[in-house]
Amino acid sequence: MEPAIAMPRPPRPQAGVLLPLERRSAPALEGEPVFDLEDVEVFYGSFRAVRGVSMKIQKNQITAFIGPSGCGKTTVLRAFNRMHDTTPGARVTGKLRYHGVDLYGPEVSATEVRRRIGMVFQKPNPFPKSIYDNIAFGPRINGVRDKQQLDEVVQRSLRAAALWDEVKDRLDKSALGLSGGQQQRLCIARTIAVEPDVVLMDEPCSALDPIATARIEELMRELKSRFTIVIVTHNMQQAARTSDRTAFFTAELDSKTDQRTGILVEYDATAKLFSNPRDERTENYITGRFG
Amino acid sequence: MTAPDLRARRSWRSVQDRLVTGLMIAAVVAVFVPLVAVLVSLIARGGGIVLDSFPAFFTEEVPRFSRREGPGMGPAVIGTLLATAAATAMAVPLGVLGAIYLHEYGGRGRFARLVRFMATVMTGVPSIVMGLFIYILWTIRFGFSAFGGALALACLMLPVVIGASEQMLRLVPNHLREASYALGATRSRTILTVVLPAALPGIVSGCLLAVARAAGETAPLLFAVGAAKAFNWSVLDEANTALSMQIFSNAMDVPAAQDRAWGAALTLVLLTFLLTLTARLVTGRFALKR
Repeated sequence: MEPAIAMPRPPRPQAGVLLPLERRSAPALEGEPVFDLEDVEVFYGSFRAVRGVSMKIQKNQITAFIGPSGCGKTTVLRAFNRMHDTTPGARVTGKLRYHGVDLYGPEVSATEVRRRIGMVFQKPNPFPKSIYDNIAFGPRINGVRDKQQLDEVVQRSLRAAALWDEVKDRLDKSALGLSGGQQQRLCIARTIAVEPDVVLMDEPCSALDPIATARIEELMRELKSRFTIVIVTHNMQQAARTSDRTAFFTAELDSKTDQRTGILVEYDATAKLFSNPRDERTENYITGRFG
Repeated sequence: MTAPDLRARRSWRSVQDRLVTGLMIAAVVAVFVPLVAVLVSLIARGGGIVLDSFPAFFTEEVPRFSRREGPGMGPAVIGTLLATAAATAMAVPLGVLGAIYLHEYGGRGRFARLVRFMATVMTGVPSIVMGLFIYILWTIRFGFSAFGGALALACLMLPVVIGASEQMLRLVPNHLREASYALGATRSRTILTVVLPAALPGIVSGCLLAVARAAGETAPLLFAVGAAKAFNWSVLDEANTALSMQIFSNAMDVPAAQDRAWGAALTLVLLTFLLTLTARLVTGRFALKR
């Protein structure tokens, strides 16, 4: 049964990956990058999870991280907003610059970083509060007290996340009563309510059905003009459909320590990476010949 | 093709199933028997004296001469309320704050582990030892008072409150904390606005369990509270009394006093029941409707 409220039609699934990609023009590379990584490594205790990542992430583009499980995509993503600070024993080395400022510099506050660099998680994680309080949480912790101002932010954020029409009559009801797809859009709305500069997405659609996935992807394309988006995904079609640039990571077995460490194999315009990869490992992975 | 035979087969498995189901029903009945027996005898023996002179039983003083029949447990009700309230006011804030430190800040550090270990050891200390401890520390110097009893009760409640609260904090999923951090919230802000509200219903019922247990304790009050028969509204001064103390002393007295002991027992059960009910209603208000 379709719900009574009008739902925007999900975009038609694309037949192939290669054709629309080839029509795309290569994304711009000039201008100051949002993130500039130089030889970034992440450790959990003595275990090196990722090594030698160097890349630049451009403003107002969608950058996708793809690769097999355990290759460190999420680990790198979490380094961008210092989420590793909350994990005991985790450590980031190398240079990770955000608009030229070292994110791990001594005077940088992790909370200030996270206010500018928001994150949407794999599993929708709304607070066990009302829909309104979920969205207003971010503005409130940043000192917004004015009811009218909060009302505006809540409405604007929910509209931007294409959720307003579905929830406008039950803003005071628990967010946990929403469906999985709605919850994830709520989490996106909550993230953009603090007007961040970057939105990091950690497999935001892995718990959602194809229709909810299509709506989130549509949303990402709309939000691109306002935010810089970095998305980790297991779904190569999703990377091809939505992103401007794609980074392929893989795990390398260190024969001495018998540990698997993530490395960045190839990073290029999405059209180029999917149609004409430089590295054999990338080609094997995107054509499905990877183990 | 012939129709498949879908009727239940008599097998060892189906016998096992019935056997275990039967055992479980028997266990439930066995649990209910003492529970119902206690309640029924309480109402049967204590209901008379409480209802005959309602509400005098709760408002009148304990008769000076125990041979005299009829009501009066008012001072004991007040004493129990005073001592329990004072103990709660001391143990709950301290215990909840301690649990927050242990789970959200201390983690697996050496100090936190030591505190957690001591709290576990404290849970096992018999209540009479706690009473003796307070007697030596407080009562010898300052004399009988409701506050002395409250101190002993607080010592008993503290480890329970810490344990229950930490357990509830542990149940708050980490992804909620991460969601809050990702919006730029500090750790204290996250604890106050996300973690505590999520854990609150559990913490309240945990604390309640501790309060209800403390309200019925006798041993820690023996040395600290005294056994007054008149009203004493002061927490800090003069000997007071408590329902559990009155049950203890009246039950071993003449029949007229034994009646009062039954009435006091029923009153105590009603009191803890009311306490539990109120707290359930209060926590229910925090819960959101879907």
